[in-house]
Amino acid sequence: MTHAVATPLPVRIPIREILPYAVFVGVLSLLVMYFVSTEQGAVALFDGTTVHELVHDARHLLGFPCH
Amino acid sequence: MPLTETPTLTVRSLLVWGLLAGLVGGLLAFGFASVFGEPAVERAIALEESAGGHSHGGDGHSHAEEPTEEPADEPVSRAFQATGGLGIGAVAYGLGLGGLFGIAFAFAYGRVGRLTPRATALALAGFGYVAVVLVPFLTYPANPPAVGQAGTIEERTALYFAMIAVSVVAAVLAGAATTRLTPRLGGWPAGVLAAVGYVVVVTAVAKLLPSYREVPDGFPGDLLWEFRIASLGTSAVLWAGIGVVFAVLLHRGTARR
Ligand SMILES: [Zn+2]
Repeated sequence: MTHAVATPLPVRIPIREILPYAVFVGVLSLLVMYFVSTEQGAVALFDGTTVHELVHDARHLLGFPCH
Repeated sequence: MPLTETPTLTVRSLLVWGLLAGLVGGLLAFGFASVFGEPAVERAIALEESAGGHSHGGDGHSHAEEPTEEPADEPVSRAFQATGGLGIGAVAYGLGLGGLFGIAFAFAYGRVGRLTPRATALALAGFGYVAVVLVPFLTYPANPPAVGQAGTIEERTALYFAMIAVSVVAAVLAGAATTRLTPRLGGWPAGVLAAVGYVVVVTAVAKLLPSYREVPDGFPGDLLWEFRIASLGTSAVLWAGIGVVFAVLLHRGTARR
């Protein structure tokens, strides 16, 4: 099949191979991005303002509502 | 030589390349934000303080330079916020986004048209920027310090994320529609039709969602513009960095014979 056409389609990665990684990375990545974008703003998992203050400028400049 | 021998990509290597790309993209975004974003942030904070304290105060939020109001409660100095804090935030966000990018690429590769691996990576970064950053930004523009009421932070945050979700889902559906319609209509008409559908959907949703007019009276328009352009630019550098670095790593990884 790949030899028959001029521009062969790239070989897809089966969904079932991607899924475990997708779940694992999805959770971890979104958690990290949550801490930069939201924690101690609209929602807070931890008390205080340290996380918010630390990533404050990145949060503003990445376009997230800060306060 | 035709690309018939393209080795099968593993999700694992895509993930590693995504994280590396995210690291580089985050560092580049940090550099851009330091040069083009920080001056606007500093000006906005100076205005906020000269205007007699925070409009958003009283809830423990501070920009860490208010000795009269919060003498002991200064977890991060303003100087560190603008340098190390910005770097940590940008790189952490870049790594997170890079990981998601690697996974998104694993799904997209070979499923959206006949693009080469590199072209797929760059297209994903371009469309990703439009769907995740640009369209939500046009709906709810980024605001510098001193802009925004503390009382609406919950709804504004929820609506901003809702807009990102709507935009991403609409973009994925548009991509799927393009693939479906291409055999019948041809690639270009299918793509244009899907793009128009995407724009109509996100425009209608943006119009229906509530908007907020929270720029304080007298806040300089040029400062707002400078900040918002720097914000768009920071994300553009991040996404472009991820796309290009990922494409390069991918090409090196797959061209190896
Ligand atoms: Zn702020």
